[in-house]
Amino acid sequence: MPATTPPLAPARDELPPIVEMRGITVRFPGVLALDGVDFFLRPGEVHALMGENGAGKSTLIKALTGVYSIDAGTITIAGEERVFSSTADAQAAGISTVYQEVNLCPNLSVGENIMLGREVRRGGVIDWRATHAEAQKHLRALSLEIDPRSLLSAHPIAIQQVVAISRAMVLESKVLILDEPTSSLDRDEVDRLFAVVRDLRAAGVAILFVSHFIEQVYEISDRITVLRNGALVGEYRVEDLPRDALVTKMIGRELDDLEALSRTAHRQIDRSGVPVLRAEGIGRRGMLEPADLEVYPGEVVGLAGLLGSGRTELVRLLYGADRPDAGHVSVHGEHARITSPRHAIDHRISFSSEDRRAEGIVADLTVAENIVLGIQARRGWTRKIRKSEQDALVNEYIRALDVRPAAPDAVVANLSGGNQQKVLLARWLATAPELLVLDEPTRGIDVGAKADIQRKVSELSARGLAVVFISSELEEVLRLAQRIAVLRDRRKIGEVDSSEIDLDGLIDYLANEGKGDAA
Amino acid sequence: MTRIWKHRLFWPIASLLGLIVINSVARPQFLSITMRDGELYGALINILRNSAPLMLVALGMTIVIATRGIDLSVGAVMAVSGAVALTVIDNAADPDNLGTVLGAVGLAVLVSLALGAWNGFLVAVLGIQPIIATLVLMLAGRGVALLITGGFITTVNSAPFSYIASGYLTVLPFAFFISVAAITLIALVERRTALGVLTEAVGINPEASRLAGVRARGIIWGAYIVSGVLAGVAGVIYASNIRAADANAAGLFIELYAILAVVLGGTSLMGGKFSIAGTVVGVLIIQTLESTILFLGVPSAQSPVFFAIVVVIVVMLQSSRVRRGFARLARLRQRRAPDGGPPPDVDPDLEPKRTEVAA
Repeated sequence: MPATTPPLAPARDELPPIVEMRGITVRFPGVLALDGVDFFLRPGEVHALMGENGAGKSTLIKALTGVYSIDAGTITIAGEERVFSSTADAQAAGISTVYQEVNLCPNLSVGENIMLGREVRRGGVIDWRATHAEAQKHLRALSLEIDPRSLLSAHPIAIQQVVAISRAMVLESKVLILDEPTSSLDRDEVDRLFAVVRDLRAAGVAILFVSHFIEQVYEISDRITVLRNGALVGEYRVEDLPRDALVTKMIGRELDDLEALSRTAHRQIDRSGVPVLRAEGIGRRGMLEPADLEVYPGEVVGLAGLLGSGRTELVRLLYGADRPDAGHVSVHGEHARITSPRHAIDHRISFSSEDRRAEGIVADLTVAENIVLGIQARRGWTRKIRKSEQDALVNEYIRALDVRPAAPDAVVANLSGGNQQKVLLARWLATAPELLVLDEPTRGIDVGAKADIQRKVSELSARGLAVVFISSELEEVLRLAQRIAVLRDRRKIGEVDSSEIDLDGLIDYLANEGKGDAA
Repeated sequence: MTRIWKHRLFWPIASLLGLIVINSVARPQFLSITMRDGELYGALINILRNSAPLMLVALGMTIVIATRGIDLSVGAVMAVSGAVALTVIDNAADPDNLGTVLGAVGLAVLVSLALGAWNGFLVAVLGIQPIIATLVLMLAGRGVALLITGGFITTVNSAPFSYIASGYLTVLPFAFFISVAAITLIALVERRTALGVLTEAVGINPEASRLAGVRARGIIWGAYIVSGVLAGVAGVIYASNIRAADANAAGLFIELYAILAVVLGGTSLMGGKFSIAGTVVGVLIIQTLESTILFLGVPSAQSPVFFAIVVVIVVMLQSSRVRRGFARLARLRQRRAPDGGPPPDVDPDLEPKRTEVAA
C-alpha cells in the first residue's frame, strides 16, 4: 500500500480533515475531563497531542476510539458523523490505536496477531500458509523482516509495536493513533518506528502521536494540538511553536503555584545524623546492578531515569516487593533484612506502586476499606479496626487529601485516577510510615490532584518524613526533591543536588553522564 | 421499589420463593408442618434437615471461591471423613458409647482438616492452580476412603451416631442446628473480624494485597482448611444418615452443587466479594428444587434434565445482561410491529420474567 499511493505532502494542508471532533465534552463523577475540545486530524499528517498528565489527552483518544462515550460534541469521520459505542465501532470506521503497552496477544504468533479475524480462508478452513504469507507481506511493507510464525512475546516491545501497526494496516486503517509508543524504546528503535511512521504519512494515513518526549514530537510532527486541564489551548504548526512556548502553553498558570512549592522544598537537609534508610550494593541479577541509596529524615530523594532505567526496580528491591540477591540495608542504623513487603512495613516503610490498578487499589472494595487495608494488614485479621475508629480515620484523610467524592462507602473503582491515588496515599499515611516510597504517584491524574499530592509530599517531608519520589516528569522531581539519584540502563549512574541543576542540566546528565567511561 | 430490585439477594430469594409457591400450588400439603411426639415433620422441615451437608460444604466453598480459588475435593473429603468415623466406631468395643462416637467424629474432622491443609499447602505455598491442586485429592480421596474401609461399605448400628443426622433437638432436627451453628460461626468470624474483608482483598487483587502487607498466604491456606473441616463434618452427617461409609457414593458431585449454590447466591467465581447469606439461599434453592422433583413426581430418568432447566432459568434471571437482552428484544419487537405492537408503557423488564415462568 505505501508503494502505490503518491505522496500527498504538498497538498495536505488543503485536504479536508478525516477526523473532526467538535465541542467534545466528557464528564466523570466530580471531574470534567474534557470541556468542549475541538480536534482535527488531516490525511497524511503527523499530529502531536500535547499536554501534561491529566490534561485530557488520553480521554480525547478514548473518546475517539469509542472507549468513552462523549457527553457533548460531535465526531465526524471522513465527512460522516459517527457515534462510537465500542472500540470495535471505531476500528470498523478505520481508526486503529497502538498503545505503549502493546495490546496484542503475546501467546499467539506474529502472523496470527496481524491477521486475527482476517485469516485467509479456503473452504471455511483457515489456510495458515497463506495467512502467514499475507502477514509477511504486511510486515515487509513496513520493512520488518521477521518470521510471522514466531511467537509475538519472543520479540522486543519495539518490534511488537511495529507488528501492532501492521495489524492496523491489515484493518485498512485511515487513522492511526500512536499513544506513547516510544516511552520504552531506545534510540535505534525510535528511528525505525519513525521511518515506518513517515512511510505511512506519505501513504496518506492520518497519524495522531502522543509522547512525553518533546524532542521526538518536533522530530516527527507536522502539527501540534495542546490541551491543558481538559480544555483546548490551541492548534499550531510545528514551525510556529518554539519549544519554550509549547512548554508554557502546556503548563500554563499553575506554574506559579508549583514554583512556590519548589521554593519551600529546597531547604537544607541535615545529613549528619543516621539516615532512615541506607542501602549498600542492593541489586538483583537481571533487574538492577548493585546500587547505594541513603534517605535522611525530612528529605525527599528523587529517582530520575527513563522508563526501564531501573528506578522502579530499585524501590521494589528496597521494599521487598522483589527479593534482592545482593546488598545490605539498614533502617535507622540497624541492619534490616527486607525480603517481603511485610518486613518493610514492620520497619515502617511504605511503598505505593506505579501501577495503580494492578498493584494499588482493590477495585471492588470501598474507599474506606481501601484506606484502612494497610493498617488492618499490620494488625492482623483478629483485631479488626472498630467502626468508630475507622470512620474517624477515613474522614480525616478524605478531608486532608480532598478525596472526591468524599464518600467513604463509594466503591473505589468508580473514582477518577487522581482520587484513587489519593486513597492510596491515605492508605500509606494512615500506617504512619517513617519512609514513604512513591513510584509515579502523579501519573495519569488530573492537574488538581497532581498539585494536591505534590503539596502533601512537600508538607510531610517538611515535618520529618523521609520520601523517595519517582516521576517520569523531571520537573516534578526537580521541584520536590532535594537530592536526585539518576539511573540509566538498570544502573545508578550518580546523584545530583537539585539546587545545583536545572531541567536541561538534568536531562543532559540523564542522557550523557558516564557515557564516556562506559564505552 | 427499584432499590429492592437492585439488592444482590433479590433474585436468589425471589427464585426460592417462586419454587416454594410452585410446590404449594401443585400440592398444598407441601407447606404443612405437623407435630408428632414433640417433633416437627413436613416437607419444609425435611429441606432444612437434608440440606445440612450441602450447606456446610457450600459455606467452605464460598470462602475458597472468595480467594479466587475452588475446592473440587470436598466430596472426596466427605468420603474419607465418613470412612474414618465409621471404621473407628466399627472397631470399638461399644458402638453405642457416646465417648466412642465423639472420638470417631473428632478424628474424622481432624483428618479432614489435614486434607484441607494439604490443599491449602499446594495452592498457597506451592502456587499450584486451585483447580488442579484440589483435583488431586478429588481423584485420590475416594481411593483413600476405600483403603480405610478395606474396600467394603462399612455399616454400623450406633444410636448416638445415628442421632447426628436423624435425631431431634427439641422440636427441630439436630442436623439443622449443625447448619445454623456453621452459618453463624462463619458469618461471625468473617464479618466481626477483619478476615472477611482481607479475604475479599486477596481475592480481588492479590498483588495489591501483598504489597499492602496482607498475609495472603495464610488467608488462602486458612480458607482451604475451613473448607476441609466443613466437608469433614458434612461427611459425618452423610454417613450418619445412611449409617454406612460408602466411599463411592458419599458426597458424589457435591462439589458441583456447592459451586452452584455459591453462584446462585450471587458470589462471583472470579473471587472477591462474597455473600454468606447468598450461599445459604443458594443451598436452599437447590434443596427445594430436589424436593420439588420428588413432589411433582418427575420420573427419575428425567429429573436431571428438569433440574438443569430450572437452574438455567434461575441463573438467567440473575444475569443482568440476559435481563437487558430480553428488554432490548422486547423493544425491538415493539418497533418492528408497525401498529399492532404491545402498548409502549409496558415495562420491557417484565417480559422475560413472564415468558420464563411459563417455560
